[in-house]
Amino acid sequence: MLRGTRWVRTVALLAVGALALSGCGSKIKSGTSASASHKPCGTVNLADNPWVGYEADVAVISYLATNKLGCTVKKQNINEQVSWQGFASGTVDVILENWGHDDLKKQYIDQQKVAVEDGETGNQGVIGWYIPPWLAQAHPDILDWHNLNKYADEFKTSESGGKGQFLDGDPSYVTNDDALVKNLHLNFKVVYAGSEDALIQAFRTAEEQKKWVIGYFYEPQWFLNEVKLVHIKLPAYTPGCDADAQKVACDYQPFDLDKIVSKKFADSGSPAATLVKNFRWTNTDQNDVARDIAENKMSDDAAAKKWVDAHPDVWQSWLKGT
Amino acid sequence: MASVTATATAIRRGTGRVRRSWLIVGTLVAWVLLWIPLRGHDTLPLPVAQLRPLHQRLNDLNVYIGNHRASSPFFTGFVNVIRSGIADLTTFLQSLISQPSYDRPVPVVGWLGVVALAVLVGYVLANLRMAVLAGVGFACFGLLGVWQESMDTLAATLAAVLICLLIGLPLGVWMGLSRAVERTLTPVLDFMQAMPTFVYLAPLTLFFLIGPASAVIATFVYAVPPVIRITAHGIRGVPESALESSRSLGATGWQSLRTVRLPMARRTIVLGINQTTMCALSMVTIAALIGAPGLGQVVVHALETLDVGTAFNAGLGIVIMAIVLDRVTTAASVRVEQGYRRGVGAAGLGGSLGGRLSRRAGRRLLLAGLGVLAVVAVYLSYTFVWAAVFPASDSGGLLGSGVVRGINAVDHWVQLHLNSVTDGIKNVASYGLINPLQSLIADSPWYLTCAVVVAICLAVAGPRTLPVTAICLALLIGSGVWQDAMVTLSATLLATVMVMVLGVVFGVWMGRSDRVDRVLRPVLDAAQVMPAFVYLVPFLGLFGTSRFTAIVAAVVFAAPVAVKLIADGVRGVPAEVVESAASSGSTAWQTIVKVQLPMARRALTLAANQGLIYVLSMVVVGGLVGGGALGYLVVAGFSQISLFGKGLAAGVAIVMLGILLDRITQGAARRGGARSGRSYWMGRTY
Repeated sequence: MLRGTRWVRTVALLAVGALALSGCGSKIKSGTSASASHKPCGTVNLADNPWVGYEADVAVISYLATNKLGCTVKKQNINEQVSWQGFASGTVDVILENWGHDDLKKQYIDQQKVAVEDGETGNQGVIGWYIPPWLAQAHPDILDWHNLNKYADEFKTSESGGKGQFLDGDPSYVTNDDALVKNLHLNFKVVYAGSEDALIQAFRTAEEQKKWVIGYFYEPQWFLNEVKLVHIKLPAYTPGCDADAQKVACDYQPFDLDKIVSKKFADSGSPAATLVKNFRWTNTDQNDVARDIAENKMSDDAAAKKWVDAHPDVWQSWLKGT
Repeated sequence: MASVTATATAIRRGTGRVRRSWLIVGTLVAWVLLWIPLRGHDTLPLPVAQLRPLHQRLNDLNVYIGNHRASSPFFTGFVNVIRSGIADLTTFLQSLISQPSYDRPVPVVGWLGVVALAVLVGYVLANLRMAVLAGVGFACFGLLGVWQESMDTLAATLAAVLICLLIGLPLGVWMGLSRAVERTLTPVLDFMQAMPTFVYLAPLTLFFLIGPASAVIATFVYAVPPVIRITAHGIRGVPESALESSRSLGATGWQSLRTVRLPMARRTIVLGINQTTMCALSMVTIAALIGAPGLGQVVVHALETLDVGTAFNAGLGIVIMAIVLDRVTTAASVRVEQGYRRGVGAAGLGGSLGGRLSRRAGRRLLLAGLGVLAVVAVYLSYTFVWAAVFPASDSGGLLGSGVVRGINAVDHWVQLHLNSVTDGIKNVASYGLINPLQSLIADSPWYLTCAVVVAICLAVAGPRTLPVTAICLALLIGSGVWQDAMVTLSATLLATVMVMVLGVVFGVWMGRSDRVDRVLRPVLDAAQVMPAFVYLVPFLGLFGTSRFTAIVAAVVFAAPVAVKLIADGVRGVPAEVVESAASSGSTAWQTIVKVQLPMARRALTLAANQGLIYVLSMVVVGGLVGGGALGYLVVAGFSQISLFGKGLAAGVAIVMLGILLDRITQGAARRGGARSGRSYWMGRTY
């Protein structure tokens, strides 16, 4: 029983102390203070696809929408093709950086009519075959794809079954590499790393330790700021040369990346819809923000704020009409 | 006379075993001899981007469902209702503890309130020690700088566990009472647990779309079987004598369920809840891929920039949450048991009645005190900023930033200095083991491999397993990804061998020494809960993208189970036997090899069986780091619409491999004289 009373006393003491504490400290205020100069915005669902360049787009748009337009931004961390499904259900309003995907455009824009194209982002996307810079310096002739077979033995690994290893990354990226190896008669085997992490790690190790690696990569990409991978030119792209996926023998199509929004969002008249429609910047802009996020380990918001503070003229034009 | 018969049986069994080993050796020799001329023929290969008609049909189905989602009554009336119900539950829990809600910039209950509630719940369910553990554990989330993400994870896990219990407990009771229900449900549950989670992520998003609802359902599919199985097991395990006496008192079936079966099975049922909670928690990272909020997001996100430190920090949060939930629910099951015993024994033991009463009064007082504290804390955290937002949460937490920096430094050092050694290891293993084995299994014609599997099945598991084996092989061929399945099979076998080697070495060590056990066990627990994604990146740096990396990742995940099972088996060998061996002059080595391991045989086969299943569940994760084959196809099917059908087929192929290997190892265990367990698939084994 004695123990019991001691406990009661302790509890009482703590409770009094807590009540005393409640005297100081700031109280939580209800409601958010949105700027009154704009139309009401509501909630915007941004698809946040898993590459840092895309994340940079999301960071800046979400910073502006939240702080300048008073919107509530929800970021949906999901991959490229899954994002499109969200248009139908309303879980995704905006894809900020779309790489081609004519099949999905057909399904969701033409057939289901739940999404619409919303203009280009101003970024140019380049997909292709890349090698680490030390290799390009040591053997400059490798940059001509005709010489790849000469070096095939150097690229051999335990995974490539006696041939040179060509490394592919994230399974969600559509590649022609299997067909290219076959149709260009290269003595290589495509090995599937399975994720972008794995691919980047392979290139990073290759540059640090002077190893032979060749693989699929793309620009704009933050990693290129750390290790400037060198692009190997394949036979030039001409429209239609990649029409038959089995017979491709040309380089990847350069993409003008574009934005896709849900039909509902486009028709909503929300100021955020106007912001997304007007959004347009350069590869340098995106790389600046992406580098701050990936290498300088800044939070998305901090990186966005830094860029926004430095480029008022660019983003102010995006806000026209809100 | 009796002894003569016994000896004869022993001899017969002995010669049977010898004949069987010769059969296996003969089969393997014949395999290699036939492989030399036949290799490369009829291997049923299929390049990654190519599809079989089956895959194409599944793709068409995918598109069809997508196009009819808005109009079909099945969706508007059924699927969407479920979806919004689950989403509402999750959002509600989130608005309580993690997300800004009800027009406030912070959730309803802030960190102080949640910590106080955790302490209270820990005490109510278990005891003071668990209350302290819960409080400290929850405070750690804030110190690591992941408070909000942890609460998101907690909310999603709670939602999933609630739904699991709501559906699982009644089903479990029903399954425990009726053999017919058991026979119907068991294969379904097997399938649910063997199916790699990645496989049903894609179909789930097809029906329920991305977002917390799909994530909760995915978690449900994976986490509900343990509670159903273990509840049924508990209900069925009630002694017949107890039922008999209640029946003789004239109790109806319902009454004896309520007054005898349920109370006596209570402890087992709580254990089932524990297992389900743990399973739910282990889904955190994978569910993040379809939009589950929380710590999983941090892990996945950090790895995009190869930020191992941040990923590890969030992984640590998951581990801490798992430890708290596991220990509290385990202690709760012990308490339930004691409470029951006390209730039963109370009548007879008058002597200690007074002491017990005062203890109970003390507990009640403490409970009241903690309750008051919790109410005050909740009020404070509702009203004041300091009690709502964890201090220093902007700067990565008081401990978090240190953890991130430290781990990144270690990661960098390891990559820089150990790489040449590890690369050598990888090459030796790849050229020496993986390539030859894979070539033998995957480059043989399909009919040869099938014949070998059937022969081995007959030799080790007997004819009873044959029908299942034949069906599995047929479905593997039908799935259209035969060669990929064979590549995965060879990697799985190698990984399991490595798991068993580690299991025997560390299991014996742990089983023979309490001190080692105390040190190793928490490490093993953590290795099981830490999301595999966290250690994949350092492994990639060390071993490159290769099948070896995938195998190592699987071994790290599966070895702890095997080690624990073998340790328990070795410990279970009666002390007198070990002592008598020692006193008759056996060395430690002889005691282990001649006495402890043979007597722990059942534990060994169980460990091999569980090791296989765990390794298989990592096949898909292995596909992310160069494992290729089925794992890669499943991942690709999830993210590329044109490969949807092929990914689904690959997922089914993994399940078929799982059933095949499980039934063969179980058959072997049965024949080896070990008492046959029923299906061992019970999720995590602690």
